[in-house]
Amino acid sequence: MIRLSGIKAILIKEFIQVSRDRLTFGIIIGMPIIQLILFGFSINSDPRHLPMGVVIQEHSVFSRNILKGLENSSYFKVVTVFENDKEANVALEKGKMSFVLKINSGFERKLLKGEHPQLLLEADATDPGTVGGALGALSTIVAQSTKFDLPQQISDMTDKSPALIDVVVHRRYNPEGITAYNIIPGLIGTILSMTMIMMTSMALTRERERGTMENLLAMPLSPFDIMMGKILPYIIIGLLQFGVILVAGHFLFAVPFLGSLWLATAMVLTFITANLIIGYLFSTLAKTQLQAMQLTFFFFLPSMLLSGFMFPFFGMPKWAQYLSEIFPITHFLRIIRGILLKGSGFEMIYTEMLSIVAFIIIVGGLALGRFRRTLD
Amino acid sequence: MNSETVIDIQGLTKAFEGRTAVDNISISIKKGEVVGFLGPNGSGKTTTMRMLCGLLRPDKGQGTCLGYDIRAHNVAIKHKIGYMTQKFSFYEDLTIRENLTFVARAYNLNNIHHVVDKTLHDLGLWDRQHQLAGYLSGGWKQRLALAASIMHDPELLLLDEPTAGVDPKARREFWDQIHRLAQNGLTVLVSTHYMDEAERCHRIAYILYGKMVDVGSIDDVICRSGLTTWEIKGEDLGALALSLSEMSGVDQVTYFGNSLHVAGRKQDELNASMKQLQKNKDYAVAQSRTSLEDVFIHYMENKHIE
Repeated sequence: MIRLSGIKAILIKEFIQVSRDRLTFGIIIGMPIIQLILFGFSINSDPRHLPMGVVIQEHSVFSRNILKGLENSSYFKVVTVFENDKEANVALEKGKMSFVLKINSGFERKLLKGEHPQLLLEADATDPGTVGGALGALSTIVAQSTKFDLPQQISDMTDKSPALIDVVVHRRYNPEGITAYNIIPGLIGTILSMTMIMMTSMALTRERERGTMENLLAMPLSPFDIMMGKILPYIIIGLLQFGVILVAGHFLFAVPFLGSLWLATAMVLTFITANLIIGYLFSTLAKTQLQAMQLTFFFFLPSMLLSGFMFPFFGMPKWAQYLSEIFPITHFLRIIRGILLKGSGFEMIYTEMLSIVAFIIIVGGLALGRFRRTLD
Repeated sequence: MNSETVIDIQGLTKAFEGRTAVDNISISIKKGEVVGFLGPNGSGKTTTMRMLCGLLRPDKGQGTCLGYDIRAHNVAIKHKIGYMTQKFSFYEDLTIRENLTFVARAYNLNNIHHVVDKTLHDLGLWDRQHQLAGYLSGGWKQRLALAASIMHDPELLLLDEPTAGVDPKARREFWDQIHRLAQNGLTVLVSTHYMDEAERCHRIAYILYGKMVDVGSIDDVICRSGLTTWEIKGEDLGALALSLSEMSGVDQVTYFGNSLHVAGRKQDELNASMKQLQKNKDYAVAQSRTSLEDVFIHYMENKHIE
């Protein structure tokens, strides 16, 4: 038999308890609002205004019109004009550009003679989803934007095959457009941050909830001792996870590993540390394990969704891109994609690494400052 | 300062969110003393102990603990203090041995294996060393906690209600252990609610609503309370109790099993009232020794301390 008074007794008690726990209550109310604003406005699976660099050896009315046409399509945005191929390639490898367009000398002359000149577009295809839409529209844009300035006899050939301009696309780093190439590095980042943050965020709250914190504080242990002791075991666990994903990615999905394993390991260590430190900070903020869990998700969801793993980084509005620069995972993804798929060396990734190191120092300082040696 | 003085504090004060938990407490304890810390729940015993071992920072007051300033050197103090918390605060998912080994490492002891072995033997925990702490009964948990708090050979032991929820036999063994340790020069400050335990202490300190009411030997504390106590036995004490409290000279009436304790500070008036009552042959009325409990009840019911 259902007793309404019984249900009511529990129901009222639950409401009182939820409203007592301010952090939980705040997250229950705040989470949907923040997520809605953050992701509703920032996530776009068909990215526009992708950054493009150009190397133009010969300026002509055609090169100007092609660039204008590409920009008008809203898929491309010319952000840098490079002096030479080398500079352009570095920008592509660092992930600063999604595309590099090359117009060689003699383009205009060949075009006017109907000799099908080449137009080379290099694309960073590590994430096939990011560049797919733009590449699909490319040939049409090029053809449309050049035909009005051509003499009659040449422009008549516009609709015929082969095309007047031979648009060559190099899908760099992932020529076959295999999505696993993007997903495996992304998974390394998300799995590591998920586990590391969650485990350490429980570290102190568990002691507090079980009543062992009082004892721990009565012992001659420094906050640094406690933090390091709590963090170090998970570094090993994190490295193990990295190894498992890497081996599985290699044998199951044939994901390439072009760079140095040592460099990758060092970067993974840096990234793990960043996650452990933020987890530890949560641990000093939360009063219960439940709160620690909520803080973890509060941090993890935006960092994953804005990192460029789930949705194209360049598809987000500028403010969201700047916001995501705070999260270590954004930098780590660039690093690990660089090492795995592009064979990047240290000189290509150290600026990203420095961002993570800065995060570690700032958050680590906050965590040590938050840690109370006493119970008050 | 006397070199034999272990704790010497003056004017210790601590407030939580505006509520004063410990108010201007001063106490001095000598080496090898076992001092009982008594007072009702919430009177500030735990807070005082936490300030002594560096877990809480005092708002006001100063003093030394083992010769170290309690404000400036709270890390150095931690090495020489053993603190047994009120609530069991070891790891329930570790065995007795693992818990002790952890503590030994945390205190950076030498020869950890040997120290742990010795502690397990000394406290009779050897046979249970591989049991998970979470499965231990109250008495064994308490023994583990004591073992952990004395393993690093502290000079001062702070015990916060160590025997709450422990059976009489285990309590007796516990106290025997405490006195053995004190004989070897360990100083002990122990809070308790049990009167029999208070009587096992060299001195007691009674704290009420954050204020120190009295410190001294049991006889001194009883004597200074100025109470005279009578014991009444007989039938239907319930009805009598109500009328008793109206009598002149009677400050408090308390049930003790099948008898009533009647106590008051105005000795002459109380004696007169009781002599009057003796004429009633239904009751056996006799003067009795004032017990510590009578004194504490007196203090608790008369919050106004002069």
